[in-house]
Amino acid sequence: MSDTYYDYDRAPGDASALPDIEQGRTSGVLVYTIGFALAVGLTVMSFWVANTSLLWAGGVTIGLTVLAIAQMGIHLVFFLHVTSGPDNTNNVMALAFGVLIVILVVVGSLLIMADLNDSMMPGPELMNLHMQR
Amino acid sequence: MSTIVVGGTTYREVESDTYESAPASKRVVVGYGFWIFLLSDIVMFSAFFAAYAVLSHATAGGPSGMQLFNQRSVAIETACLLASSYTCGLMQLAVTARRYAVTYGMAILTFVLGAMFLALELREFSSMIALGAGPQRSAFLSSFFTLVGCHGLHVTAGLIWLVVMMAQVAIRGLYDATVERRLLCFSLFWHALDIVWVWLFTVVYLKGILS
Repeated sequence: MSDTYYDYDRAPGDASALPDIEQGRTSGVLVYTIGFALAVGLTVMSFWVANTSLLWAGGVTIGLTVLAIAQMGIHLVFFLHVTSGPDNTNNVMALAFGVLIVILVVVGSLLIMADLNDSMMPGPELMNLHMQR
Repeated sequence: MSTIVVGGTTYREVESDTYESAPASKRVVVGYGFWIFLLSDIVMFSAFFAAYAVLSHATAGGPSGMQLFNQRSVAIETACLLASSYTCGLMQLAVTARRYAVTYGMAILTFVLGAMFLALELREFSSMIALGAGPQRSAFLSSFFTLVGCHGLHVTAGLIWLVVMMAQVAIRGLYDATVERRLLCFSLFWHALDIVWVWLFTVVYLKGILS
């Protein structure tokens, strides 16, 4: 119906133009400032986690990965205005496909290379059966 | 609700706003196309990240990341890029509100912060090469220079793009729809580079310091 029609899709990076979540210029500044503050907080936390000796060393790598994923989410939501709204479905679907490919490439490479390393022939000291007890 | 009578059968005209809506505006189409490009660019980066992750211990007896990386310099680089992403967002708001002075001011801030990032990165590269830790030293360093250098090239391209866009704003003005679309694409590009850098400083520098 043409009288209730508004642009049903939204360019990536644009803030939503739907009436119920309309944002003025002032709140636009607020959105970027909140995002910036959160991103700074997460960055500082990442550097702290990498340098502190208070945390169990085995968990630091996982902690850093979680912090990086969180910061990526902050950037996507507050800087690139990715939302779950109906005017943003195409952008989110493209993003989801991109993330899928990225995960396949990175995790796949790491798994295959770790497996190849495991299957490598053992070193000469292990191959020398006369020396083994 | 209109009805059509064809050969004695009455058809009711279907009213559907999804079928009858106008095609998406050029801004949406261009933005979406650029979004697809950015995602493919990130897929390319993921291949470099995978290569780095696989080769990060292949130092061939050469220096490791722990010996080479300067954490303080990385922290300043991160701060520069993050702040420039913020000023780029503020610039985008000024573009939408068509405020020239704020647009130019934020563009200059974005450019200066990006240039500072690039200068620090180049200084880091040259000091590493001076130590004999160039890309030809080991597989670890080859993948390091490819990954970080590729991001640096993107930042360089972004800085050139920003200068060109400011010239276009000066000549054609902010009411020009083409200039507005290009500025949208630029801010998408700049924010995407910041996301790549988040993974770079986590995977390369902070994990390099750990191991």
